Amino acid sequence: MTRTSEYNFAYLDEQTKRMIRRAILKGLAIPGYQVPFASREMPMPYGWGTGGVQVSAAVLTPDDRFKVIDQGADDTTNAVSIRSFFEHTAGVATTTATAEATVIQTRHRIPELPLREGQVLVYQVPIPEPLRFLEPRESETRKMHSLEEYGLMHVKLYEDISRHGHIATSYAYPVKVEGRYVMDPSPIPKFDNPKLGDCPAVQLFGAGREQRIYALPPYTQVVSLDFEDHPFEASKADHPCGLCGSDSSYLDEVIIDDAGGRMFVCSDTDYCDARQAQGHRGKDAA
Amino acid sequence: MTPLLSVQGVSKRYGTHIGCADVSFDLWPGEVMGIVGESGSGKSTLLNCMAGHLVPDTGAVVFDTRADGPRDTVTMSEPERRMLSRTDWAFVHQHARDGLRMGVSAGGNVGERLMAVGARHYGDIRDKATDWLARVEIDAARIDDRPSTFSGGMQQRLQIARNLVTGPRLIFMDEPTGGLDVSVQARLLDLLRGLVRDMGLSAIIVTHDLAVVRLLADRLMVMKSGHVVEAGLTDQVLDDPQHAYTQLLVSSVLQV
Ligand SMILES: [Zn+2]
Repeated sequence: MTRTSEYNFAYLDEQTKRMIRRAILKGLAIPGYQVPFASREMPMPYGWGTGGVQVSAAVLTPDDRFKVIDQGADDTTNAVSIRSFFEHTAGVATTTATAEATVIQTRHRIPELPLREGQVLVYQVPIPEPLRFLEPRESETRKMHSLEEYGLMHVKLYEDISRHGHIATSYAYPVKVEGRYVMDPSPIPKFDNPKLGDCPAVQLFGAGREQRIYALPPYTQVVSLDFEDHPFEASKADHPCGLCGSDSSYLDEVIIDDAGGRMFVCSDTDYCDARQAQGHRGKDAA
Repeated sequence: MTPLLSVQGVSKRYGTHIGCADVSFDLWPGEVMGIVGESGSGKSTLLNCMAGHLVPDTGAVVFDTRADGPRDTVTMSEPERRMLSRTDWAFVHQHARDGLRMGVSAGGNVGERLMAVGARHYGDIRDKATDWLARVEIDAARIDDRPSTFSGGMQQRLQIARNLVTGPRLIFMDEPTGGLDVSVQARLLDLLRGLVRDMGLSAIIVTHDLAVVRLLADRLMVMKSGHVVEAGLTDQVLDDPQHAYTQLLVSSVLQV
């Protein structure tokens, strides 16, 4: 425990962690409700997931195994730096395997492998308020939430259809939680929205700059908003993964050579690697 | 018959300054009430007290609700009052930008109240929006344009469509023709008169413009310094004013 002698466990002091845990518990008690909390300065800039980092710091224990993904990948600069931050400040074990992780911090994705009971998924949230883009006044959006006045959410979807012929919102697609609060699921692709609901894991959302925490306890009902004649669709690129051949995972389109050659690969690198290790091969696999 | 709206002893002070004092009247279904006076006469304070934007110090504003009959809207819960204000009530602001979402298309502006009360069929919402644009004489081809690209008169007509789409029974109007050119005003007044008559709307119109009430209002209240100084049938009050202040108003000495 030499490392933790330099820092308090997981960087934050115990009083701050207690304050954040209280916000998390309140969030779990009122699924989808944005709980204000006193966000602390973290040794990384906003936009690097300081909200998620504070939530992770408050829930991590020495026995946890920690995974960080950014757009599905474990090896981006952002993911690597957050993982090493907790290796240094908490001394926790880390992993890239979704199945082995007990706490997973994520930016922009939900892992493909179904989560299980006992796991905690921590989302980094840039803008927690789903009504923000049409109603900038915080006093008014707070009232809309408290009075369940959510017509404005559908105005946004209406505008989408009138402009594009279909609901063009493909990230941060708004959901209604347990028939009560409308929630921004963070900028995950709408492909991931069905995984939000009825999930065995605990899902926690942290917005650092905006100082909000919200949560989905296990097995919560989460419904993506839509119109009767324009129903929600969890769409993805209509291809199998070039490396592992999966036809059900969310894909990134990557450029593979100077000639503009492209291929579609799983955005969840752990999922793709595991499938390849099991012998699955896509058409572009070496 | 039950009045649609019964205003009972409504007073509102700002410190020692009187906003409006002990105002009472009944508005009957299908009736249009005009409230005239100079700026500072208390007519806007009274309107905002009736529409739930201001809380009166004393008095009751009793509305004959569809579900539960007469209810005091001053003491009802805020969710109930807000529900009323997007279903059975409408409020037309003097400045259209106060009553419109300038970043949302004309169709979205008209559709918002429908969606607020649970409409979830895009095609139906769009059909209703198209129909209402036509009723306020806005070309259906403009349905996806933002109101910022509209003229002042069009913006005001869009605000009216956005308010009337849910079939309210009572419409509050605050200087609805203020700031518009005279020719634009005339067209808007004709449109309003037609809509009020066709829909059997009840309305309360606050204005300093006697031409507006002459055209639209069945009855008239004249306010000065927070008090109602004269009330009666519009033609009677305008053609044979009894109170000295009304006589001044009518002789257009005070007309702004
Ligand atoms: Zn793959």
